[in-house]
Amino acid sequence: MNFKGRDIISVRDFSKSDLLYILKIAKEMEKEKPKLLDGKILATLFFEPSTRTRLSFESAMFRLGGKVLGFSDEKVTSVKKGETVWDTIKMAECYSDVIVIRSPVEGSARLAAEAASIPVINGGDGANQHPTQMLLDLYTIQKIKKKIEGLKIGFLGDLKYGRTVNSLAIALSFWKVEMYFIAPDALQMPEHYIKELREKGIKCHKTSDVFEVSQKLDILYVTRIQQERFPDPLEYEKYKNAYRLDITLLDHIKKDLKIMHPLPRVGEINAELDDTEHAVYFEQAANGVAVRKALLALVLGEEK
Amino acid sequence: MKERRIPAIKDGTVIDHLPSRDTFRIIRILNPQEFKHPINLALNLNSKKIGSKGVIKIDSRFLTQSEVNKIAILAPNATVSIIKNYKTTEKIQVKLPEELVGVLNCTNPVCITSKEVIISKFKVLREKPLEVKCHYCERVYGKDEVEIKGK
Ligand SMILES: [Zn+2]
Repeated sequence: MNFKGRDIISVRDFSKSDLLYILKIAKEMEKEKPKLLDGKILATLFFEPSTRTRLSFESAMFRLGGKVLGFSDEKVTSVKKGETVWDTIKMAECYSDVIVIRSPVEGSARLAAEAASIPVINGGDGANQHPTQMLLDLYTIQKIKKKIEGLKIGFLGDLKYGRTVNSLAIALSFWKVEMYFIAPDALQMPEHYIKELREKGIKCHKTSDVFEVSQKLDILYVTRIQQERFPDPLEYEKYKNAYRLDITLLDHIKKDLKIMHPLPRVGEINAELDDTEHAVYFEQAANGVAVRKALLALVLGEEK
Repeated sequence: MKERRIPAIKDGTVIDHLPSRDTFRIIRILNPQEFKHPINLALNLNSKKIGSKGVIKIDSRFLTQSEVNKIAILAPNATVSIIKNYKTTEKIQVKLPEELVGVLNCTNPVCITSKEVIISKFKVLREKPLEVKCHYCERVYGKDEVEIKGK
């Protein structure tokens, strides 16, 4: 498997063997490799602030001995003056070996990859894709369950606008898993995804009642209901408190259920669950560094 | 005797078996304002194959393969005949390419194609019924949602 020079833009770009290889390298990256990317420079081009993603990438690069430059708010760059993504990338590639781009504009990362002669990693493009989140989710599932095959996975919250859920479901469909989509009707998983998953042989179930299915689940993936994704603020008000998990959940689950969340949360999971053995969301976030280390090393052809 | 609703043409192109309801959209794709010769159009004709059909006859103009491909977006069952001296000399197969470059607009307001000057690119996921995906924002559009570029 050779990832050298490849771009990491969308869940659609991966085969199952790609995913397995990334997971394998990510595991190796749990070890310290302080010289692996010595002399390499990562450019982090953040057209919107995302402290979490940026710090995770920067930490990954530093831990591999590389250096980082970039910006994290388009106000400080000439982008506000009308410079295009294309031109910004053409500039940045002169100063770096690999680029991470984050933008609220969907498709920016794909365009950046077409502009750049060096590898581009998508750090999130609006409501479209966030492949490093998807990969760290996959890595977390594999790590805590020691397998993916055969798992019963529940997705809870905003499944309509929630890109992390959409991407993760597509990635998981390479394995024989069972999926439970738990959301109010208005926020359910889009029908075209369900159709695609079923065509791949995935058993899909829809419900609005978490307690109806929670007893069956191995993983419960909870997402935030994001205000900014709603076209109508009144719609958001209607659903923002649709689910609030607390310790009453514990009477309705298997002993080894693990609860995941891409963070930040805004009340979907009560802090009283944090100290239970079910909560893995902080560990999940920490896994982001190993996965991003793996991706940086892979696209630079230095994973060995 | 065969009923003839539109006069026969001596030289030109006949596009047949168009869904009636999409015929106006189809003629628009071909930028008819650029044509110098007569264009005849008939709607709501009976068709055994598709129920209600439309026919377009373009005088003295031979459609190219790429123009024919655009028709395929809305009318995958269309037949296109090149007429020379009242006789069909060629039937062009309507075939949707795997990728539609510079043909459709992405109507997603937060898509990069609506912010920067880029040639649009769509991948054809399904032909019948039509389903295309924007190469950039990955939004999927059905037949009634696609916006075909006008001139
Ligand atoms: Zn688009």
